Amino acid sequence: MSADADLPTLAEHCQALRSKAVGAEELARHYLRRIAEDRSNSFITVCEEQAVADAKRADAAIAKQGHSGLLGVPVAHKDIFCTDGVRTTCASQMLANFVAPYDATVVARMKAAGAVLLGKTNMDEFAMGSSTATSYFGATANPWDHGRVPGGSSGGSAAAVAGGLAPAATGTDTGGSIRQPAAFCGISGLKPTYGRVSRYGLIAFASSLDQGGPMARSAADLRALLACMEGHDPLDSTSADAGPTGNEECAQGLTIGMPGEYWNDLDAPMAAALEEAAKVLQRHGHQRRQISLPHTRFAVPTYYVVASAEASTNLSRYDGVRYGHRAQQPVDLDDLYCRSRSEGFGTEVKRRILTGTYALSVGYYDAYYRKAQRLRRLIRQDFIDAFAEVDLILTPATPEPAFRFGQHEADPTGLYKQDVFTAPASLAGLPAASIPCGRIGALPVGMQLIGPHFSEDRLLAVAEAFQRDTDWHLRKPPEQP
Amino acid sequence: MTTQQASGSDAWESVIGLEVHVQLSTRSKIFSGATTEFGAAPNSQACGVDLALPGALPVLNAEAIRCAILFGLAVDGDIAESCRFERKNYFYPDLPKGYQISQFEEPIVRGGQLRIEVEGGSRTIELTRAHLEEDAGKSLHEDYAGQTGIDLNRAGVPLLEVVSEPQLRTPAEAAGYFRALHALVRYLGISDGNLNEGSLRCDANVSVRHRNAPLGERTEIKNLNSFRFLEKAVRFEIDRQIEVLESGGQVMRETLLYDAERDETRPMRGKELSDDYRYFPDPDLLPVAISQTMLDEARAAMPELPAAKRERYVSQLGLSDYDARWLVADPDMAAYFEAVAEASQQPKAAANWVMGEVAAALRRDAVDITDIPLPPEQLAKLLQRLADETISGKIAKSLFETIWRTAEDVDALIVAQGLRQVSDEGELAALVAEVVAGHPQQAEQYRAGKTKVLGFLVGQVMKASRGKANPKQVNELLRRALAVE
Repeated sequence: MSADADLPTLAEHCQALRSKAVGAEELARHYLRRIAEDRSNSFITVCEEQAVADAKRADAAIAKQGHSGLLGVPVAHKDIFCTDGVRTTCASQMLANFVAPYDATVVARMKAAGAVLLGKTNMDEFAMGSSTATSYFGATANPWDHGRVPGGSSGGSAAAVAGGLAPAATGTDTGGSIRQPAAFCGISGLKPTYGRVSRYGLIAFASSLDQGGPMARSAADLRALLACMEGHDPLDSTSADAGPTGNEECAQGLTIGMPGEYWNDLDAPMAAALEEAAKVLQRHGHQRRQISLPHTRFAVPTYYVVASAEASTNLSRYDGVRYGHRAQQPVDLDDLYCRSRSEGFGTEVKRRILTGTYALSVGYYDAYYRKAQRLRRLIRQDFIDAFAEVDLILTPATPEPAFRFGQHEADPTGLYKQDVFTAPASLAGLPAASIPCGRIGALPVGMQLIGPHFSEDRLLAVAEAFQRDTDWHLRKPPEQP
Repeated sequence: MTTQQASGSDAWESVIGLEVHVQLSTRSKIFSGATTEFGAAPNSQACGVDLALPGALPVLNAEAIRCAILFGLAVDGDIAESCRFERKNYFYPDLPKGYQISQFEEPIVRGGQLRIEVEGGSRTIELTRAHLEEDAGKSLHEDYAGQTGIDLNRAGVPLLEVVSEPQLRTPAEAAGYFRALHALVRYLGISDGNLNEGSLRCDANVSVRHRNAPLGERTEIKNLNSFRFLEKAVRFEIDRQIEVLESGGQVMRETLLYDAERDETRPMRGKELSDDYRYFPDPDLLPVAISQTMLDEARAAMPELPAAKRERYVSQLGLSDYDARWLVADPDMAAYFEAVAEASQQPKAAANWVMGEVAAALRRDAVDITDIPLPPEQLAKLLQRLADETISGKIAKSLFETIWRTAEDVDALIVAQGLRQVSDEGELAALVAEVVAGHPQQAEQYRAGKTKVLGFLVGQVMKASRGKANPKQVNELLRRALAVE
């Protein structure tokens, strides 16, 4: 396979590098050219020179010792991961000129595996959003329809992979920020079990929910990327080794739960797409079972209280004192704080800081934060109970396909409902993947597979089997006018 | 209950509670790998975590937990099976994250007590809690006109905040409590106790009331770092509050700073003081489980504590209660004493010399006990040579001055300088005869019953021997010489 073939998978690239059908430099230049020609605004920063230099080094290494791991494979990182010597903005004016002095663990691990960094992808500011429209660097367009959003917050990564600007990218998911854009852009995305991938160097939005993960065309690619990213990191106390799972082989004859709550009010075309997907899984020998996750309806409000509360203090460090945006000519300390933060943060970020500050305040803490923690435990318990009966859970990834720019502008909190199917697994810390499973009109839609903690092997095995029988994940967006 | 002022028949009573921040002597910070060494160039000991770089995460230093467990056991407090860290949110330039990682709902130690020495005895003060937290950086206002410098070397240094119940009644008791806590943490080896470097910083909550009345409104004096300043600041604040109340005013709840130069408290300005710190569990850190093994290890590592040491000095070493208290007050002094006593096998003499000559020389040369130039083995040897009558007391004193300066070997010095005590009866008898013959007037006085003059004659013999004569023998020989004639 040559670099000119359309939208190859990561596995295909590795194969081509191994057989020397293509060189790493050739690959890197191919993608850099595509990025330069692209109009989706998927990237905030493109690392042209560094990518070519790294690719040349990879070619030398391949010539010497052959291909292994991600050696010479081009990737993109969401601009939420710190990259040593490369601007890391979190899509905010606050960090528009911030050059990180260190690599995030995920970045370091992929670098060590030989991956070539093409650039940093666009996102919602501080990962707060479902559209990538809150970026200080402008919105990203959905490759399937430039009039629509790619989803968010990892919309730049999703659009880059879908549009053939990178064969794989990293994303982060706090309440659906990998899965929803993956669904909107027709690619595969995995939010690993909370703790499986180190958060060190991932700019925090909501620490108890944030989780880095892979975005690529196929589930097999997700597996290869996860293998590189995962594992305990002494620099992140909440990270953990997955331990020996080996349940890939056990991905036969599973019981797959379909929670009724996710089908209430679901649009007919979405339900039909899911039904087709469920039938494929049945053909693979899995059983489907109707289950109930009774606290599902509390997930979105719970998520917004917890995530905003954590965000309100995680973002306190952006005060204009040590780095980042600093107001000109402050008259005193309060003025420095107020103006630096007022100027540096966008509207959605401010909305969440205010919401979170309120939820943690004396007199409101019990009614909001403490109650949300209680609900979070109940939501988690729902899943634990369900997994006593079923091996995996199948749901739609999103309520609808990609929406138009501005469609939710009048009702910002209405947009929060985008997270209705993804927030529960986030609150429970469970692994969940979004896998392309159909179309509504011209737009891709995704199914969500949720598994028990650290069951990524099983989850990905089911998705891989699904993708051997379907080609939704390989479809190419039409040329945009 | 001594701070009282007559006001009609009513007496005022003061109520004092202390919060002491003890800097723990871990090598690295509580949540980062940066070193805690004092006095380095500003910001040279602050890593990405301390600077609160985007994406940086705290990782708990297990050594800080070990220190807190040791403290909890020493004060007989309840050590939590599980505790957690919370974020205390406020904005200040020397607080890089915009929050301090501290403990709020689940401190590592609850309760416990501390025995304090007060005039005429001791009192037990109950502790509310002790919790772990990180220190903030330093704001440097002096060196930058119209600007503030920020040094983050101290940011993230581990602190154990020890909170007392409001059971202290006088400024002297407050200082006594601070002293006892200072001694305890040094005995435990969990803090260097260096007050000048701010290793212990005390906040005092002070209120006054009429006896048996409900508690009055309190004020908080921040950041007192010496026993004397604490005592003076509390005394000033008690008097100020009484004055305010007696002139019909009201004490306002406020935070004060003590100005040592002007000996007064003043309301604190500048620092953001919030009523709502929006505490919540820090999601970056897991709850800390404290296992039985950790407790067992701490118990096994527990050093002898001041009270037990004092008791042992009295019952086993035969020291007076006063001497025992004096020696135990400073763990380094006690350790030095014990080394001398052990090597010399003469605890009483060791106590006398440490409390006398050693203490005086330290004071005179302004040297800290930790930097004492005289090795305890040499002082012990000196005491042994004195006991076995190799040297005289007078020689011992002058030899002390020599070895204080040079730390030379005592035995070698005795030989080299011919300081061996003269006990040869013939030699001494000759000296005695010489002195008696040379002082007929004093000899006559002695024989006439003025026996006091013997001391003078002994002195003359000692002088003639250049201090080397065995004074006991000289005494005896003189008595005999004066009696026979």
